[in-house]
Amino acid sequence: MRLADDFRNSDLAKGLIDGIHRNSTKKARLMEFCGGHTVAIMKHGIRQLLPSTIEMLSGPGCPVCVTDNSDLDKAIALARLPGVILTTFGDMLKVPGSRSSLQEARAEGADVRIVYSTLDALQIARQNPSRKVVFLGVGFETTAPTVAASVLQAEKEGIGNYYVLSMHKVCPPAIKAILDSGEVKLSGLICPGHVSAVVGSAAWDFIARDYGIPCVVSGFEPLDILQTVHMLVSQLEKGESRVEIAYRRGVTAEGNRRALETMYQVFELCPARWRGVGTVGGSGLRLRKAYRRFDAEAAFEFDPGPTVEPKGCICGEVLRAVKTPRDCGLFRTVCTPANPVGPCMVSSEGSCAAYYLYEATDER
Amino acid sequence: MSDRILLAHGSGGRLAHELIEKVLLKPLSNPLLDRLDDSAVVPFSGRLAFTTDSYVVNPIFFPGGDIGKLAVCGTVNDLSMMGATPLYLSLAFIIEEGLPLDELERVLVSVQAAAREAQVQIVTGDTKVVNKGSADRLFVNTAGVGVVPEGIDISGSSAKPGDKVILSGTIGDHGIAVLSQREGIGFSTRLESDCAPLNGLVAEMLAASKRIHAMRDPTRGGLATTLNEIASQSKVGIRIEEEKVPVREEVRGACEMLGIDPLYVANEGKLVALVHSEDANAILETMRHHRYGKNAAIIGEVRPDHPGRVVMKTTLGASRIVDMLVGDPLPRIC
Repeated sequence: MRLADDFRNSDLAKGLIDGIHRNSTKKARLMEFCGGHTVAIMKHGIRQLLPSTIEMLSGPGCPVCVTDNSDLDKAIALARLPGVILTTFGDMLKVPGSRSSLQEARAEGADVRIVYSTLDALQIARQNPSRKVVFLGVGFETTAPTVAASVLQAEKEGIGNYYVLSMHKVCPPAIKAILDSGEVKLSGLICPGHVSAVVGSAAWDFIARDYGIPCVVSGFEPLDILQTVHMLVSQLEKGESRVEIAYRRGVTAEGNRRALETMYQVFELCPARWRGVGTVGGSGLRLRKAYRRFDAEAAFEFDPGPTVEPKGCICGEVLRAVKTPRDCGLFRTVCTPANPVGPCMVSSEGSCAAYYLYEATDER
Repeated sequence: MSDRILLAHGSGGRLAHELIEKVLLKPLSNPLLDRLDDSAVVPFSGRLAFTTDSYVVNPIFFPGGDIGKLAVCGTVNDLSMMGATPLYLSLAFIIEEGLPLDELERVLVSVQAAAREAQVQIVTGDTKVVNKGSADRLFVNTAGVGVVPEGIDISGSSAKPGDKVILSGTIGDHGIAVLSQREGIGFSTRLESDCAPLNGLVAEMLAASKRIHAMRDPTRGGLATTLNEIASQSKVGIRIEEEKVPVREEVRGACEMLGIDPLYVANEGKLVALVHSEDANAILETMRHHRYGKNAAIIGEVRPDHPGRVVMKTTLGASRIVDMLVGDPLPRIC
């Protein structure tokens, strides 16, 4: 199948939608963990096509959004240090921290550069031996292996001016934390596609087994998502809870062993702060002792200042799926993509941005 | 002559004259330009359309065109979108010291080719050279004038409920072709920019029907932004159908990879026209016979409801808002 067109075939989609309508009798609350899924669902208007029995919730799976203000402040403080070049993926640039953003720091003279891969950051380090080049490591299991690879490469080449500020997070413990909180009752989970490509679908077995919640790993095209919902509904109606894969072209049960090995060669699990969720044990990745000299937090002295949360912003509750962007008093009025208050409005995979950009409120 | 542009080439002295005579005038020569007076003096009668645009594209050479072709086509198209027949252009260069002379010559060759295709004359110009670092290789400004024939009144404020929305071809070709060449992104594609002068196409459309109410070329900000501008200026709603909007497979693939939406990607050889519904099919037929309108399609219609807003029926049959572009589309991180 051709990726873009065949996975949007409207006849096939109609068949799946009809099937979902036919099969779904029980009330179901399905959460898509991943921000990429939220965007796809909103962009294609999938919620409007589902029967009223099915409620869709958006989860915390946007790495930019779940980065805590205290971590953002660290990045901004680091960027302002003399002699430092801070390299980052573009999405982080506009996210407001407690007092400022990387974009504002850059306008005030900090050397902040957008890169598209860690290899670009390494190249900047090679080209600027007298400067200290920090890569802002934000992302899930999809990104962390490439950052680990850059650390290994830097070590191999003896690049002494390359550092990583690791704010990486791993997903399964965060889902567990949300389920354990009991705030949101879920009947099914749409498991992240890209993350599962690395960690494997087996990483979600505990959810199906211990919580009795059906799990299906989904791709990002409309047909992938409809197929996933169809499979979740089938399990629910039969009273089953298993982990299934609706994204076989990218995901296996065991995942990408090479990527995981690389990731865990360089990083080890540590507690991490998730915006809205709080500190979750074993959900972060820090550099192992052997690679500590690449750790920006250890290598630099800087003061990120006290953490302040933006007034009125409910990104935390949105990320926990306790509230939706529409419940926020700032949504669309004060907080817009051009003038974002919280990270969920900044990131291209944030729930607030997806609701803002794609939801045809007056068409319903 | 040096094989690179020097500061002295912009000084107004001997080197500047040498540059003008040997490099600039040669390809562009016409009786009006060759006079080298302080202004071009041209005969004119009728309603004048007048526009200007600056071009800072990076890189200056890209698949399917370069900054010179773009500078001519962009201004020709801005005139054409008002229904004007483009006649005369000015051409001004701001050159960063050190630009290889042969690059400037290549740009001039495509300026000349584009001007010839669009049947416009470059009648006045200017060249400045700035210190290294004060500009990025080469910036170009063109201004243009044209004449608007009697009976034609096209404006972004004139779209009316019931009008059909016609798009002249595939979207996103230019933006993706340029992005593919960017340092740091670089991916290989056979895709070429759609950069082209549209005055010929517009002339044929107007010959088919004068009832073209609004017309724009969706450049920066893409089709989504252009339609939002028209919806807001005309105080009407616009409803388009995702399935009807032509997008090349390569463009869709690249957009998926970069996490951007083709609706927001720039075009340089496409137009969108909002026309009286009775004439829509005749205009569409005419467009499809023109080399720059082969993939033209009716993609939607103007509605009295939701004024100022663009709504799209998705491939799956749902509907969603299509908003203006906010900021620069940045590639995604996961």
